[in-house]
Amino acid sequence: MGMEFSLIIVLALVAAAFAGVKLAGMTYFFGVVLPYVAIFTFLGGFIIRVLQWAKSPVPFRIPTTAGQQMSFPWIKQSKLDNPTTTLQTIGRMALEVLAFRSLFRNSKLELREGPKVSYRLEIWLWLAALAFHYSFLIIFIRHFRFFLEPVPALLHGIERADGFLQVGLPGLYLTDLLFVVAVTYLFVRRIIIPQMKYISLPADYFPLFVLLGMGISGILMRYFIKVDITKVKELAINLVTFHPKVPEGIGVIFYIHLLLVCVLFAYFPFSKLMHLGGVFLSPTRNLPNDNRIKRHVNPWNYPVKTHTYAEYEDHFREKMIEAGLPVDKE
Amino acid sequence: MAAIPKAKDLVIDYALPKTPWWDTPAVFRPGYFAYPGKAKNVTAVGMPNPREWSPLDDDWKLPHNWKEIILDGLRERLDKFRTLKLFMDICVRCGACADKCHFYIGSGDPKNMPVLRAELLRSVYRKDFTLAGKIMGKMAGARELTEDVLKEWFMYFFQCTECRRCSLFCPYGIDTAEITIIGRELLNLLGLNIDWIMGPVANCYHNGNHLGIQPHAFKDMIEFFVDEIEAVNGVRINPTFNRKGAEILFITPSGDVFADPGTYTLMGYLMLFHELDLDYTWSTYASEGGNFGFFTSHEMMKRLNSKMYAEAKRLGVKWILGGECGHMWRVINQYMDTMTGPADFLEEPVSPITGTKFENAKSTKMVHLVEFTADLIKNNKLKLDPSRNDHLRVTYHDSCNPSRGMGFFEEPRYVLHNVCNNFFEMPAGTTREQTFCCGAGSGLNTDEIMELRMRGGLPRANAVKWTQEKHDVNMLSCICAIDRAVLTPLMDYWVPGVGVTGIHELVGNALVMEGETERTTDLRGEPLAGMEEAENEDL
Repeated sequence: MGMEFSLIIVLALVAAAFAGVKLAGMTYFFGVVLPYVAIFTFLGGFIIRVLQWAKSPVPFRIPTTAGQQMSFPWIKQSKLDNPTTTLQTIGRMALEVLAFRSLFRNSKLELREGPKVSYRLEIWLWLAALAFHYSFLIIFIRHFRFFLEPVPALLHGIERADGFLQVGLPGLYLTDLLFVVAVTYLFVRRIIIPQMKYISLPADYFPLFVLLGMGISGILMRYFIKVDITKVKELAINLVTFHPKVPEGIGVIFYIHLLLVCVLFAYFPFSKLMHLGGVFLSPTRNLPNDNRIKRHVNPWNYPVKTHTYAEYEDHFREKMIEAGLPVDKE
Repeated sequence: MAAIPKAKDLVIDYALPKTPWWDTPAVFRPGYFAYPGKAKNVTAVGMPNPREWSPLDDDWKLPHNWKEIILDGLRERLDKFRTLKLFMDICVRCGACADKCHFYIGSGDPKNMPVLRAELLRSVYRKDFTLAGKIMGKMAGARELTEDVLKEWFMYFFQCTECRRCSLFCPYGIDTAEITIIGRELLNLLGLNIDWIMGPVANCYHNGNHLGIQPHAFKDMIEFFVDEIEAVNGVRINPTFNRKGAEILFITPSGDVFADPGTYTLMGYLMLFHELDLDYTWSTYASEGGNFGFFTSHEMMKRLNSKMYAEAKRLGVKWILGGECGHMWRVINQYMDTMTGPADFLEEPVSPITGTKFENAKSTKMVHLVEFTADLIKNNKLKLDPSRNDHLRVTYHDSCNPSRGMGFFEEPRYVLHNVCNNFFEMPAGTTREQTFCCGAGSGLNTDEIMELRMRGGLPRANAVKWTQEKHDVNMLSCICAIDRAVLTPLMDYWVPGVGVTGIHELVGNALVMEGETERTTDLRGEPLAGMEEAENEDL
């Protein structure tokens, strides 16, 4: 149900862009108003969300320790899985953010007769996640060619590397392919693994459909239903220089692509996609395991009622004396 | 107590319910829920809503404004814990955690997938604290807080042992233990708790330890073990209690004082300290290392934990040494100094025997006994005869809390390699940071949920079974008092023929003591390898 609901919404969005541009000629709305609303919602929403998280303190330092602690000089510490210094913690975070370290540990359960439990390496989720995030990042960076004039050499370099296969004309970007394959994989595993399907919410399918829609419309635009790329660039530059004017004659497929991108941006701060910001703030990962070495302060620590030794002794004094236990008050 | 099917007949079914999880109410059946906290125990520590009730009743006797209490409580905790706020927002439901939970593996109940356990709380959070949830409701994964939801929380927050195995695999470090801890804290606002936790909490608060052992009895019990040791090797030990001016205060879970096989570990402690002529004392007031308060609320954890530093200060010791215990060490390593420190009245711990400075404990001033012993062995301060453990073929269970809340892996192994000759690891993926829970941590070590415990303990037991089949292992060692208590029935159920021991029991066996008579048995009175004859003659 969640999946159908999400799919219908995304299809409706596509239809809206099509009808809006093709029938109602609302190019200014789809080409200017929406992009501005989306980008400011994204930036504002992202910042507000991160600040909201940051407002809540971290009362206890509770890193998940994933390797040997700092102990004696003759015991080797796992500095990246159980850091004690800031530098080591940065190293752990870098592995986490750049290489999805925790997900790399993933394994798959197998239960056989007996019952016998075993585990095998499960690398596909990690691989698909990496493929998706990195191809998305490169595609994102590649898009800067539309906003920059002249296009920096670095961008040309990325494009050349990405298109090294030299298939077709215009040259096929490897990341386009990877992006669609990875997103498709992430979607398919959600519907064919029964447990995955059981835990999935509309909020899990929706961004996948938006991403897939972005990918497909982008690919269509680049390789099949071509649009006037110079006009697209003109619009992009108009937008970033705050001289919003929409050039005539950009194909509707562009507006569909743009709408999906805008939806993703605007939806971002209100959704699970905020894991992008959240991963940096996660207290089980971004803190060193040095509680016994350095005191961590809880800003809301408050005194609590305890049962003091004096109360304890008052209660048990006679029995203690009889048993020969020392007491403070005879 | 519900009857449990035999191990070979236990069915694990991963089939999913026909209804979505949010429309599948929790059904309480015997064997799957722990008895609720008795009014007297709740009253004893002044926690809310003491009353007699049963999860099987329709009416849980909640206060009339229960919903307000929960939502206010949740709001307060969202403002107090960044973990909670973040973990409510950033889960992508990738499912990496799903088959990492021992309760899911053993029960097949989808709500034991860590992701769904958290969604039980997240759905309510979305409904009342997020814009999307308020507007879109169900489509945004939001759910009204009803009594059924509350009952579901009670069921599943008490089917999580806070072992943090899932958090290891989560790409964002979402820690289900944190969610369970706060979930239980919310439930406790309404007096929804279990007696196996509330009883020990009340006992610990008033009598100094979970088992409610009073001071004179505590002394008696330790002295009983002094006699036992003398029977094994003729050495007479004289422990002291509540002694002011001792250099070190020693604190261990009271389970070690109370029941086999923890008691043998305690005998190991006594022998080691005697042999070192260590200037230490026991305390009858701070006679509990564990902290069941940790399983009710952060506040109750602090109320119980406070005794450690308070007693260290009163006795004027230099530093504290802590025995073998799991969650005790999570609390000491990750909470104690923050909650009840700074311990500026203590000194940075230095081993009086080796002169080693415990750099990693210089702020808490509390050292793990296994660290202490590893340092002694490294510096050749102990005379050990590992052949006295030759009748044992040993494997090692990394207890969850020292593993994922501390990173305590090499120290115990170093000690094991020096005190026994036959040591075998369990398969990779089931040890060290990926270790599996005993299935009964976080206060779930009660007998009325034995089936659930056996199910939750399956992955652990299965790995032990592998070592039994491959290496003929007959002894499972560990450094946790709850482990020692619960792994025994777990082994009897899944891997008969494997016993359970603490590391310091093995140290006690191997320790060559001054003036001791020739040993023919281990601390349990079992004949040593090659001594079976001598034992028979004695008989």
